[in-house]
Amino acid sequence: MLRDAALSALVAFGLFGPMIGLKTEVGVAAIELIYRPIAVLIAVAAVFFGRLALLAWKSTRPVAKAAPGRIAGGMAYVGRYLTPIVLVLTITMPFYAERYWIDLGILVLTYVMLGWGLNIVVGLAGLLDLGYVAFYAVGAYSYALIAQNFGLGFWTCLPLAGILAAFWGVLLGFPVLRLRGDYLAIVTLAFGEIIRVVILNWASLTGGPNGMSGIPRPTLFGLVFNSGGGEGSFADFFGLEPSISHRVIFLFYVILGLALLTNWVSLRLRRLPLGRAWEALREDEIACRALGIDVTVTKLTAFAIGAAFAGFAGAFFATRQAFISPESFTFIESAIVLAIVVLGGLGSQLGVALAAIVMIGGGEMFRDFQEYRMLIFGGALVVVMVVRPRGFLSGRTPSVSLGTKRKIGADLMTEGHG
Amino acid sequence: MGAPLLSVEALTMRFGGLIAVDALSFEARAGEITAVIGPNGAGKTTVFNCITGFYRPSEGVLRLTHGDAANFLLTSMPGHQITRRGKVARTFQNIRLFAGMTVLENLLVAQHNYLMPNVINGLLAVFGLGGHGRAERIAIEKAKLWMHATGLTARADDPAGSLPYGDQRRLEIARAMCTDPELLCLDEPAAGLNPRESDELSNLLVRIRDGRDVAGRSSILLIEHDMGVVMRISDHVVVLDHGRKISDGTPAEIRADPKVIAAYLGEGDEDEVAA
Repeated sequence: MLRDAALSALVAFGLFGPMIGLKTEVGVAAIELIYRPIAVLIAVAAVFFGRLALLAWKSTRPVAKAAPGRIAGGMAYVGRYLTPIVLVLTITMPFYAERYWIDLGILVLTYVMLGWGLNIVVGLAGLLDLGYVAFYAVGAYSYALIAQNFGLGFWTCLPLAGILAAFWGVLLGFPVLRLRGDYLAIVTLAFGEIIRVVILNWASLTGGPNGMSGIPRPTLFGLVFNSGGGEGSFADFFGLEPSISHRVIFLFYVILGLALLTNWVSLRLRRLPLGRAWEALREDEIACRALGIDVTVTKLTAFAIGAAFAGFAGAFFATRQAFISPESFTFIESAIVLAIVVLGGLGSQLGVALAAIVMIGGGEMFRDFQEYRMLIFGGALVVVMVVRPRGFLSGRTPSVSLGTKRKIGADLMTEGHG
Repeated sequence: MGAPLLSVEALTMRFGGLIAVDALSFEARAGEITAVIGPNGAGKTTVFNCITGFYRPSEGVLRLTHGDAANFLLTSMPGHQITRRGKVARTFQNIRLFAGMTVLENLLVAQHNYLMPNVINGLLAVFGLGGHGRAERIAIEKAKLWMHATGLTARADDPAGSLPYGDQRRLEIARAMCTDPELLCLDEPAAGLNPRESDELSNLLVRIRDGRDVAGRSSILLIEHDMGVVMRISDHVVVLDHGRKISDGTPAEIRADPKVIAAYLGEGDEDEVAA
């Protein structure tokens, strides 16, 4: 036990030595290096005694492994009651919440939708995609470019954005299909960056780093939302006092509808042969091949459908912001969406929604502690992965059954290797 | 004696300098159980991997002739087409089930090509089009028949990974049979089974060969180390050693072949063979 603690302290010393022990400060003539041996000592001592305490606490507890089946069952129970509550609270939100909260709700719902879309690729098909934001960007720029160049409205462009994103999904899919696991992850990561860099540098088309502004807002059957009211506006048609919050509420319901569509399609696909083939692919690709399943086509459809939903979300993002620039589509966005999927539990719809609320909603609330935000998230991620390595709500419900459906614990599932 | 179903002609598989299979020729006939035996490292699994498209042979021809005279050159077909059009199904030496999916789901995934002839059809099903509901009901009925034949009906809704070893072996066979094969390739199906389970397995394989009390019939190509099983159920045995065929014939002929005894059976398993 002492040896273990001493070893931890040694690792801590190696880490903290340069990071805490040395501090640079702008001096009179040049940058000066300040040594802080006391601070290092405190940090190392804290690790030493912390580790000791942790080991002591562990040794007093019997090694109890909770039955995974029971946890999964409990989660299914929670899910049954939590889902309608969350849904009702979300649908009624514009009636009780203030403008700020609705705006936040729109943001969270965008990520919920992205999470559900990525869940098809990562959670169901088991293909690790680190460049998901590329399709989000394709959707956003598709809408912006089509709307500005051809004068089409949001509702016409929405499916087009989805189709274009799906097309890029297939295009990315073809070369990377032979890759698996880490290699696939790296190539998708690169693809995400390529799209962003192309957008950044193709200034004549996309405006480059200046982005694109003046993207048209969505309309409700031709009724526009504006603060001035006037002929043909939503407020005028319904005889309401013109208010900008009408548009916010409208946007809220649009993204809610889109997110629920994503959810419906992915839940439906899970029960269909295609979704089942994705899950089988995640479990064992070689066995799939031996059963005559065309692995290439199956993977491509997963990529394409996941990308299509990112495209929808991207078009929505563009119409909500009325301004897009490459800065909104950096790698960190992919990482956040992936973190939402993994934290929520691969393949779990409710888990993804909750993780998005915690990650994005929580992130907004911690805005006051700007510097500590990432620290708190890092810590939370580590804790979740230690306590529940497969995410909050992992496990799966069988897509079909003869008797009663029982939840399958995550311990039996394979997360897939690309 | 049935018509030749699979003919292997001068099959050679080289891995770098190593020759795993060397100019191997044999035939598996329709309606028979053909066993491929040989000591460890003789190249049996390599032959299987060539037949099922996991390896592309260095040389040689693999020809498959269905009962309706449809002809396939397996060596020039992509892997999944060998199962889909060639109707060759296989199991694996180390069981490869979809562990997180239920027994029923495993059997439905095997009928994927029936349930979803193409992607458009698969996507239309999202909106309830394309007659998917009816196909699914038929597929479930077929899965039920195979669960019944393999004694897994009671475990239909259990995840495959939670089944005992013997059940997993039988499920893998049921899953392969759900693809409606003409040729079922089994890679050591009796490995790790106790004597009673081996007997049940032999029984199941004979029933599949004869199409008796099961939902379909198929010729069988079998790799097996359990000589009891091989000698009891095979119609035809091919013996490999170091990638070459050293003997080929009925179980009785193989048992009497001095070359086989020298290469393989002479190493301690005589009692079992004699029994």
